Amino acid sequence: MSEPWEDEGPGEIKKFLYVNRKSPYGTIYALESLEVVLIAAAFEQDVSMVFMDDGVYQIKKGQDTQQIGMKNFSPTYRALEGYDVEKLYVEAESLAERGLSEDDLLVPVEVMSRDAIARLMDEQDVILSF
Amino acid sequence: MLHTVNKSPFERNTLASCLGHALPDSAILLIEDGVLAAVQGTAREAEMRKALETYSVSVLGPDLLARGLSPDQVIPGIDVVDYGGFVELTENHDKVQAWL
Amino acid sequence: MPIEVNGKSYETDEEGYLANLSDWNEDLANAMAQADGAELDSNHWEVINFLREYYDEYQIAPAVRVLTKAIGKKLGPDKGNSKYLYELFPYGPAKQACKYAGLPKPTGCV
Repeated sequence: MSEPWEDEGPGEIKKFLYVNRKSPYGTIYALESLEVVLIAAAFEQDVSMVFMDDGVYQIKKGQDTQQIGMKNFSPTYRALEGYDVEKLYVEAESLAERGLSEDDLLVPVEVMSRDAIARLMDEQDVILSF
Repeated sequence: MLHTVNKSPFERNTLASCLGHALPDSAILLIEDGVLAAVQGTAREAEMRKALETYSVSVLGPDLLARGLSPDQVIPGIDVVDYGGFVELTENHDKVQAWL
Repeated sequence: MPIEVNGKSYETDEEGYLANLSDWNEDLANAMAQADGAELDSNHWEVINFLREYYDEYQIAPAVRVLTKAIGKKLGPDKGNSKYLYELFPYGPAKQACKYAGLPKPTGCV
């Protein structure tokens, strides 16, 4: 009998990409995506996250939700590294359209062109869209 | 890869974002409010005709009919499919990206 | 079901997790442990305090795998392993320790 602390092997590792395109508090998508990523991290797959369109606002520094009465979940993006989710990509065009730069983001990311993001999507085994 | 688009191009940037990220051999399926992009005579027609040069584009018939639009009004070159066609498209592609 | 400590009543959810994070105090943690037939020593407190700091920083309760790794980083490999943590918290280190720390149940725990 296996004990709960004995890890099972990860089996076949697949490439999962989470595509985040929505601003954080207007809809539930951003939080749902983050929760799914954290839960699925237990399955030890090859996980990447991309932030594009309004999704770049999910990782904008300085979020303060006190006055809208919602939980500020932006600090949780900084926990992703501890969950071995380290491949975070941001689309350069999406940042530029919104007057943002890499310095405005609260986690280390790799900024990529739209073309590179398109190829990244093509390389995946599974894409989950939010 | 199959891309689905389910938002109106008049309300959201969903279709634009899809077209900006789909690689040349991709298929695009318009569903729900996304079907509004498939109709002739709209401000999006030129964009869709251009997309047809690069992608194979389909539109879900039941969603057209539900919105009072007929398959006759669809831009030539866009394939009108039923739910069976939707299933077939997902089967024929290795993965699906749902643009929401 | 509310929990009574020092004449005060604290709201919890149906699994005994504290409803309001800000209600937490050490006596409450001890009372929760007692109700489970456990007594908290300095080793337990080390983990409980670690969890509270983790939550404060990241706004989530860590998954057990993440907790184990982070404890190992901070307190050394003797403590950063599942066996040690399960001995301290036999109902599951993330689940049970989070409860005593006044945190919600870790995301993904069923």
